Amino acid sequence: MTQKISVTLTVNGTEYKKEVESRMLLSDFLRHELGLTGTHVGCEHGVCGACTILFDGESARSCLTFAVQADGHEITTVEGLAKNKDNLHPLQQSFWEAHGLQCGYCTPGILMSMIPFLKQNPNPTEDEIRHALSGNLCRCTGYQHIVDAVKLASEKMKVSK
Amino acid sequence: MKPAPFEYHAPNTIEEVLDLKYQHGDEAKFLAGGQSLVPAMNFRIVQPSVLIDLNRVDELSFIKEEKNVIRVGSMARERHLEFNDSIKKHTPLLHEAVPFIAHPQIRNRGTIGGSIVNADPAAELPVLMLALSARLKAKNKSGERWLDAKDFFAGMFTTALTPDEVLVEIELPFAEKNTGWSFMEVAPRSGDYAMMGVATLVTLDNNKKCKQVKLVYLNAGDGPVEAIEAEKLLEGNIVNDELINSAASHASEKEITPFGNIHASVDFQRHLANSLTKQTLKQALQRAEETLV
Ligand SMILES: Cc1cc2nc3c(=O)[nH]c(=O)nc-3n(C[C@H](O)[C@H](O)[C@H](O)COP(=O)(O)OP(=O)(O)OC[C@H]3O[C@@H](n4cnc5c(N)ncnc54)[C@H](O)[C@@H]3O)c2cc1C
Ligand code: FES
Ligand code: FES
Repeated sequence: MTQKISVTLTVNGTEYKKEVESRMLLSDFLRHELGLTGTHVGCEHGVCGACTILFDGESARSCLTFAVQADGHEITTVEGLAKNKDNLHPLQQSFWEAHGLQCGYCTPGILMSMIPFLKQNPNPTEDEIRHALSGNLCRCTGYQHIVDAVKLASEKMKVSK
Repeated sequence: MKPAPFEYHAPNTIEEVLDLKYQHGDEAKFLAGGQSLVPAMNFRIVQPSVLIDLNRVDELSFIKEEKNVIRVGSMARERHLEFNDSIKKHTPLLHEAVPFIAHPQIRNRGTIGGSIVNADPAAELPVLMLALSARLKAKNKSGERWLDAKDFFAGMFTTALTPDEVLVEIELPFAEKNTGWSFMEVAPRSGDYAMMGVATLVTLDNNKKCKQVKLVYLNAGDGPVEAIEAEKLLEGNIVNDELINSAASHASEKEITPFGNIHASVDFQRHLANSLTKQTLKQALQRAEETLV
């Protein structure tokens, strides 16, 4: 009964065509089929946020989507943010400068949640930032430095515009 | 864990959806936003052998305003309800409540139809459907029928839909003239399922008398729970604090039947219901009064 289905999708601007089993989660597809291991997997039931990616530009849990559903769609993962390690995205740079991570497990999911958030809210208050972070769990930092990093990013991204 | 294998179909029209369902019967499940179904499949709580994905059925994802109603396709995303101008203007209760559903990452995928059919007693949308007197359109291969929200919810995670029916459309009547609204809930953390919540509507007549009241609770029984007797205590009267207090006591002590969970005991849930009833009634009343001047 292992039906294989052909999918064609764009990930970080590159088009991929693959045959996948229908039950393969998009998170596993990104990690195992494409080797994009920046997308992390924690809970596989939508709660931790580690697997958050952009699905047609909107944040979504890749653990709650089947790869076959991404056929014809555009996915962005954390690997799509920076051109190379010397040219980080201002959001990544801010996490570095403000110590917004310790082990880094939660970071890719947080970055991919904050990209659309900052686009929709270029001048967020601390309250709005905390609210926006509530869908991502971090077991290390205590969140304060993550909040600082997002605030710093909103300032950097304003200047860079 | 990973889901068990299944056969996958991604039809483009309602017609094809109904054919597939007819063909596969009880073996097949509909996949909407997947935000409740996929976690359950990942944990193998459910193992459907066929999935009929509704995400490519474009004709199910509309939100359109008509003369006295808003029509919403069952595949409209929760996130789209949140930012829709017709909903904001004509069903402000819904507009106020949607941001309480989960997180943006979940609302980007989760659909109105999926949440309604899932019929989780802790979910916001079933409560809102009841409060707003929504009508729900179901289809199967032999035809279609309309159900009132009050006849739709049939208990814990159960609805009046027959297994071969798909929910296609939700009809939301505009708020009546001189209606105030309020939605409040208390959750352990923003985005979590709430320990208690209430959707409240108050409609006044020109003499400030209460014409109609709606008080509908989440996590207060085996489905959305309407406090009909508490509503009756208020209807026909000019509402004062004393009446609000007795309605809140009656609803929270006599009409809801919360079960308690790891976050809140039954007593605490009743306490929250009492407090939220008072607060939402006051806010709804004030908003209704503002429309009178
Ligand atoms: C971390 C997290 C937090 C959440 N918090 C909340 C919350 O606070 N409040 C809340 O209300 N919800 C919450 N949810 C659930 C979320 O709102 C879901 O999106 C919603 O309950 C189900 O909608 P869906 O479109 O994802 O449906 P799916 O998961 O795809 O489907 C749910 C069920 O409905 C059936 N179904 C779907 N569409 C139809 C249709 N048109 N006709 C017939 N049957 C259909 C499916 O077969 C399935 O059995 C949360 C989810 C997650 C993962
Ligand atoms: S792995 Fe997807 S939300 Fe936790
Ligand atoms: S930095 Fe370790 S989980 Fe967030």
